[in-house]
Amino acid sequence: MYEFEYARASSVNDALSKYQSASDPSYIAGGHTLLPTMKQRLASPSHLIDISKLEDLKGIKIEDEELFIGAATTHEEVADSEIISASLPGLSDLAEGIGDPQVRARGTIGGSLANNDPAADYPAALIALDGTIQTNNREIPSNDFFVDLFETALEDGELITCVKFKIPNKSKYVKFPNPASRYAIVGVMFAEFNENKRIAVTGAGPCAFRANNIETAIAEGKEIPTLNYENFNSDIHASAEYRSHLIGVMTKRAIKLAY
Amino acid sequence: MPVNSVSMVVNGQTVEKEVSTKTLLVTFLRESLGLTGTHIGCDTSQCGACNVHVNGKCVKSCTILAVQVDGSDVVTIEGVANDGELNPMQEAFKSNHALQCGFCTPGMVMTALQLAKQNSSPNEKDIRKYLEGNFCRCTGYHNIVKAISEGTKAINSS
Repeated sequence: MYEFEYARASSVNDALSKYQSASDPSYIAGGHTLLPTMKQRLASPSHLIDISKLEDLKGIKIEDEELFIGAATTHEEVADSEIISASLPGLSDLAEGIGDPQVRARGTIGGSLANNDPAADYPAALIALDGTIQTNNREIPSNDFFVDLFETALEDGELITCVKFKIPNKSKYVKFPNPASRYAIVGVMFAEFNENKRIAVTGAGPCAFRANNIETAIAEGKEIPTLNYENFNSDIHASAEYRSHLIGVMTKRAIKLAY
Repeated sequence: MPVNSVSMVVNGQTVEKEVSTKTLLVTFLRESLGLTGTHIGCDTSQCGACNVHVNGKCVKSCTILAVQVDGSDVVTIEGVANDGELNPMQEAFKSNHALQCGFCTPGMVMTALQLAKQNSSPNEKDIRKYLEGNFCRCTGYHNIVKAISEGTKAINSS
């Protein structure tokens, strides 16, 4: 790791102002992506601004039939929340399947979404559940949030404060995990709302996406189509073609398990 | 080199030190405090040899900066025995021969103690699932699972 300055933010405004006054800063919450990246010297921020203790970024509640989760809420808190298991059990299962117990005790939902790892689990949930990212100055709908590999619509210094999910009638997340890291080789989130059924896929492409072709096929009662895998990820864990195949398998499993 | 001062309680003792901001908690424990029971295995938050408890939660100390733990309560493997008497979980590891080389054992015990807090009678499946973040390359896990089952019962019945 390269040298850096470290400071704890005392409020969201303090975090923003510390960010503005530093040369190449980064926010840190659980640090379970950032610190490994810094160890490998793939990131070398000049300043770390610790937002993990900010109460304004914590908490889980339901308001106007939407679920609100503070950005610094850990995966463990999501997995163990009775509010979430009663209203959105598909999301509890997703959080319970991230990493291992010690990783879940530190990693946060805001950090996962801001990082936009192509194999992260939460992005699929945000898209399938028609979620919204609340930042320090605006709301970003899930359709606009994920831009490309590790790239989001967040501007420099913009801080996620809260994540909102619509509450479906049924939902289920199923992934084919990498056996070592538990990251999704392919993960599929299925959600049924009154008017439609939504499918979002993670792990297959540069970032999570909504599978419109599959949704149409489901609505019309047709066989689930194989997606074009030209731009899919291909690595030592799985070829692009295999990932495309897994999307169909995971989708069928998710739908079956949702009911 | 940016240095911050930290204050924390480690195994019941208040510790105040100056640390480089980039010092990992595991390095701080081992090199500044001499608590070498916490091991560095993979250094990539996968193997669990570095597991310690911070504010009552089991975490991987290779993936936390010492400065992030400022103001916290830390318990390491050195802090689980009571006046020289092994913790029931340590005793269960010993009596079940739940180790061979022993490198993963401190992390295993810290994870097992966390499980014992959450579940007073975990079955084999619960235990194996909870060990997702701890690697043992010697034993094949069978005796570790037995030890955790016995240790958890001993802790929750005492």
